Amino acid sequence: MKFDLILRIGTKLILPFVLVFAFYIHFHGDYRPGGGFQGGVIAAGTVFLVAITFGLAAAKRIAPNWLVEFMVPLGVLIFAGAGVAGLLMGKNYLDYSVFSANSATGHELGILIVELGVLITVAGTMTALFYAFVERGR
Amino acid sequence: MQALNNFIAHYNYVITIFLMITGLYIMVARSNMVKKLIGLSIFQTSVYLLYLEPGKILGGTPPIIDKAFTVYSNPLPHVLILTAIVVGVATLALGLALVVRINEAYGSIEEDEIFKKDREQ
Amino acid sequence: MVLLTLLAAVAIAIVRQRSLFGVVLLSGIYSFLIASVMIVLDAIDVALTEASVGAGVSVVILLATLHLIKTTEAAHTRASWLPIFVSLGVGGALVWGTLTLPPFGTPDAPIHRHVAPYYIENALRETNVPNIVSAVLADYRGYDTLGETVVIFTAGIGVMMLLRGGKRRRSEDDKAEDAS
Repeated sequence: MKFDLILRIGTKLILPFVLVFAFYIHFHGDYRPGGGFQGGVIAAGTVFLVAITFGLAAAKRIAPNWLVEFMVPLGVLIFAGAGVAGLLMGKNYLDYSVFSANSATGHELGILIVELGVLITVAGTMTALFYAFVERGR
Repeated sequence: MQALNNFIAHYNYVITIFLMITGLYIMVARSNMVKKLIGLSIFQTSVYLLYLEPGKILGGTPPIIDKAFTVYSNPLPHVLILTAIVVGVATLALGLALVVRINEAYGSIEEDEIFKKDREQ
Repeated sequence: MVLLTLLAAVAIAIVRQRSLFGVVLLSGIYSFLIASVMIVLDAIDVALTEASVGAGVSVVILLATLHLIKTTEAAHTRASWLPIFVSLGVGGALVWGTLTLPPFGTPDAPIHRHVAPYYIENALRETNVPNIVSAVLADYRGYDTLGETVVIFTAGIGVMMLLRGGKRRRSEDDKAEDAS
């Protein structure tokens, strides 16, 4: 696998586009099909691709263990924190209208924040699962 | 003719239930644990279809609002299933982790062999 | 309809296939077929998720597991008429139950009368988001999605606990056994 030229060059070419596509899917989730779940899975897919083509060490350079483990709870905290922000400003839990003067714009912003939390948790968890299974095999 | 029409109108449900009982059969009859988990995920996908099928309206469009369309399919099942899929893969990975640990403890993932080893002890 | 028939064929192939590698690859094919069916059913968000999760992540994780275990299934010795009988019984009961359901694709079925029209009418005005699925997912059903995120978080923690720590302790046990 190490000397497979087409695979290595092809992966290098595809990689940035896959990552950009992941974030496109997330941020455009309001207007097109997509959202945090799909974006997170595709972002984790880039790490899988690097690990499969260049080996686990190269993937660990891009997404080290501490970063992945940090991402897993961080997303949940962002999601829950968005709810607490509503509480602190005198509205119900997870009421997004506090994020902006205009209620509808606030909801739009709140949806983006919450989906970002989902993206971080999903990407972190999927990468952590993959690392756990691969490391067990050595 | 009436019966045939009725069958075609419910054909999707028949296939969904077929997938469901296929998953059930794999779960019950096969002793290999990885295959059991794949049977479980087949069962799960049949449940996804069971949710999504009634939500479809013939001639409707996907639920993204646009001035050109007036008839949209029901968005609620889509939301429920979207989260269920991601949770499904997380639980599948948890099951596989358990299988890996069982394999390390018993040296086998066949249910029959594991029961035999338990009885010998 | 053709896609659904293909799905049934792949499911039968999964039952018959004894090599686990074959089973995993067939499950990838199965996921892509399911995603195509979901596009036909107008659920494009769900199709996108199924294509990336079912055919991407779960196949990769299954292959990583196969790296750790034996990859052929033993020939089954158990008598298999009872599972077939149970499955067919359950299937027959369920088919009998579907006979009175409204036919596929009718717009005035009970499922389309209740909450859904509210979402379709008000989602754009209240949240400024044209994709109703995103709006309902993150806003109207925010608690639901928060719970799902916590489930994913918990599953990830569980897998890490199962696969990271155990090896060291086991080797210590082995050493203790050797010593005694």
